[in-house]
Amino acid sequence: MHELSITRNIVAIVGEAAAGRRGSRVTLDIGRLSGIMDDAIRFCFPIVAEGTALSGAALDINLIDGRARCSDCAAEFFTDTLFTPCPCGSRRTIRLAGEELLVKTMELEETG
Amino acid sequence: MCATCGCSDHDEHEHHHEHGHHHEHGHHHEHGHHHPDDHEHAHADDTRHSHAHGDAHHRHQVVSLEQRVLAKNDALAQRNRDWFAARDILAINLLSAPGAGKTTLLERTIRDLAGEIPISVLEGDQATALDRDRIRAAGAPALQINTGTGCHLEADMVARGLAELQPAARSLLLIENVGNLVCPALFDLGERAKVTLLSVTEGDDKPLKYPHMFAASRLMILNKIDLLAHVDFNVDRAVAHARQVNPDIQVMWLSARSGKGLAGWYDWLRRELAAPAQAA
Repeated sequence: MHELSITRNIVAIVGEAAAGRRGSRVTLDIGRLSGIMDDAIRFCFPIVAEGTALSGAALDINLIDGRARCSDCAAEFFTDTLFTPCPCGSRRTIRLAGEELLVKTMELEETG
Repeated sequence: MCATCGCSDHDEHEHHHEHGHHHEHGHHHEHGHHHPDDHEHAHADDTRHSHAHGDAHHRHQVVSLEQRVLAKNDALAQRNRDWFAARDILAINLLSAPGAGKTTLLERTIRDLAGEIPISVLEGDQATALDRDRIRAAGAPALQINTGTGCHLEADMVARGLAELQPAARSLLLIENVGNLVCPALFDLGERAKVTLLSVTEGDDKPLKYPHMFAASRLMILNKIDLLAHVDFNVDRAVAHARQVNPDIQVMWLSARSGKGLAGWYDWLRRELAAPAQAA
């Protein structure tokens, strides 16, 4: 369950940036190959957020598909595992996308 | 590039979105009815307007952050890495499932290299100081880090451990991570290399089932090869699986209990100790 400490990081990052204001929504990018379960983050988020500036905030998660480029033939291809070989057979690949773990945006609420 | 507006500014900046009602900035307007609490207030974008209360007036600002969630851990790991480099300490992050033989390998290594390589150990476990006591009995300074419910070590735990353990300059620091083939792979501690132990009792399919750990490791050690005759573990298949996940992974096999194959591990450590520190 590294998602619990990941979620604590997320809440800390947003809390710091919010600087005392109330956050109403957080948007994350999570790569499908990042090793992070989005469902576990969704489960942890309201619990970790409670009592912070993000208490009750909505959580949006964009799941990013894996993409890689072959170091031998330069083809770019979709990959749903860490070890999908290039269609040419080569396993020398560079992952281009799918390992993201980013806090993209937060939405702050001000009542005036 | 900012995903909200397409600008190329990487600095923190704010976008203002209005929800629920429309109004123009910079003028006076009223909502439907009079209210004694008319007031004027300033907005972050320096426009001022006044309006009547009575409608809930909620402003939502979407703030672009673009922040890596693990940035803080990675920054602390880099501090550890600099700390090691300044003292010429080789730090190895030792990973495996529980019971693969990490502590036994450490005990054996400490005894066999006594007098040749100064070694100290940071022991990560959810609970107990049993492993620290085993390491101390083997003859090396050791500090236990209990993670409680945590399933892995993080860079700040290692930093605190270093402050207390104070490993000697020009020494080898072995960090035994919490027994877990999943979570520790994601957390850089500032080590030179991750080394993953896979014992033959666990099965040769593990590199494919837990690919992150093997993808992140520089070396895979197959342990307990003295038990190969008793289990259905195919060394070639295990190596092939590990190389599917990580074509560059180095592999050795040994038995920390019988001592078979340990010379290769010690040579690997000597080579790493002789190699100049480089950014991992």
